[in-house]
Amino acid sequence: MKISIASGKGGTGKTTVAVNLALSLKDAQLFDCDVEEPNCNLFLGYDLEKVEEVNVLNPVIDKDKCDFCGKCSEFCQFNALAVLPEDVMIFPTLCHGCGGCSIVCPNEAISEVGRTVGVIEGSVNEDLVFYQGMLKIGELMTSLVIKALQDHIDTNRTAIIDAPPGTACPFIASVKNVDYCILVTESTPFGFHDLKLAVDVIRTLGIQFGVVVNLCDIGDNSVEKYCIEEEIPVLMKIPYDRDIARLYSQGIPFVNEMPEWKERFVKLFRDVTSLYEMGNCSEQ
Amino acid sequence: MKQLTIISGKGGTGKTTIAAAFASLAENAVIADCDVDAADMHLILNPEIIETIDFYGLKEAYIDSSLCIQCGLCKENCRFDAITDDIKIDSFECEGCGVCVHICPEGAITMVERKAGEAYLSKTRFGPMAHAKLSVGEEASGKLVAFVRENSRNLAERYGKDLIIIDGPPGTGCSVIASIAGVDMVAVVTEPSVSGIHDLERVLGVASHFHIPAVVCINKYDINEENTHIIEDYCGDNGIDVVGKLPFSRIPTEAMMQEKTVMEYSGNELSGEFSEKLKDMWGNVMRSLN
Repeated sequence: MKISIASGKGGTGKTTVAVNLALSLKDAQLFDCDVEEPNCNLFLGYDLEKVEEVNVLNPVIDKDKCDFCGKCSEFCQFNALAVLPEDVMIFPTLCHGCGGCSIVCPNEAISEVGRTVGVIEGSVNEDLVFYQGMLKIGELMTSLVIKALQDHIDTNRTAIIDAPPGTACPFIASVKNVDYCILVTESTPFGFHDLKLAVDVIRTLGIQFGVVVNLCDIGDNSVEKYCIEEEIPVLMKIPYDRDIARLYSQGIPFVNEMPEWKERFVKLFRDVTSLYEMGNCSEQ
Repeated sequence: MKQLTIISGKGGTGKTTIAAAFASLAENAVIADCDVDAADMHLILNPEIIETIDFYGLKEAYIDSSLCIQCGLCKENCRFDAITDDIKIDSFECEGCGVCVHICPEGAITMVERKAGEAYLSKTRFGPMAHAKLSVGEEASGKLVAFVRENSRNLAERYGKDLIIIDGPPGTGCSVIASIAGVDMVAVVTEPSVSGIHDLERVLGVASHFHIPAVVCINKYDINEENTHIIEDYCGDNGIDVVGKLPFSRIPTEAMMQEKTVMEYSGNELSGEFSEKLKDMWGNVMRSLN
């Protein structure tokens, strides 16, 4: 079963829920799909090894064959090539690697070479199987790194996916193919507003979901009222707690110091599993 | 005209709270909310929309099934897995590259424009504002950020404003780069947690990659003073000014619930002290910017 931990608003506690949930389960895998700012391993402290580099295929021009006809730059939707009277300029970070330029070139003057935009790292020797993706600084192809990372999911085992914030491409790439999505929010006007945006996207994707309310005693009860009206299950409530905040700031998963929370996360997982199965039954 | 972007790397460190406070302190500014896929600034500034402009993202492939002979060449050549086994376009995956249009022997595929959101030009109690809403499930957020920025520059010209305050998105990718490209300075809001520090270092790397000067604001500095020192030392070693430190407080949430900036909110005596700190921070930001 693949479970994504997501939210519209950043900083609501996605990583906290993902790490503590994964550590509370036996035999789970954890994937940090927030490849722009991966934070899970700050709490795990594992020694990671590079598993693979994520490459985009960029064009290379053979100037002996090129007659500067301009068909490639005309075709490119991303403005990654500019053809001058006697030269072709390539802007690598704009290239999506679609390969269109080499297909349209009438002189077979374009070949392609991989350019690294990110890296996948993993640790398989710890109690928890953990992988993370890391987008290189200054690069744009976030979703490509997320997809490469998800290729490492063993579908026979529980996979917990820590998703990036927002509701756009990186978020969609991280939740699109999962079985269940846990949306983490806080009960403030910003948290509530961004939760509704995330719910809209998750419903469009047709994924079952529930909500975890973090810092449930800060703000008001608008999130819970909304969840009742919309028949969205509230899976867990985490109050503001100075000990949890302190452990978080130090990079310590709080289930390690507060064992009562381990049981709550195990229950959260059981609830998610049965909600998912019930949802599947009602569909059939 | 100067442009200042508030970013953070990590989400939820207080970008919008601080950007809204800056908006209320600035004397002659346009406000731009560039966190287009989870925009929150309007919840505090209550903009009155003057003009709505449709936003078209990247084009998307469309297959005319009456012309398609199911040869599968499009699927074979698509590098984004955007064509399903039964030869349909998967909107979420299509990058709009046009390879399938070129490769189709029957001319069954065309590229179509798609409305991907709306951009707004608005009035607020602190001046003009450019903002936007990405449609549900749309992906071209970097392009929409660039559009909001263009609108904000037009507003600045129209109303003779000399500063644009841009509230940026979290992360380090496409929309962040679109939010900071060509600005005069970024103010990075961080918090003294291990995640805050890690994400600060990465996002400062993005700023320096594009040669943009940066200053740092430390929010909730008292949740871990040891980590606050680490941030101050790191900034000192790298020649980056720490323009201010704010304590952990419920004031920003309380102000938000009343749709007010922290500067406008005066719920208890502590809020005066909090506002003073923000005022000093803004003074330091302006000094660095000029």
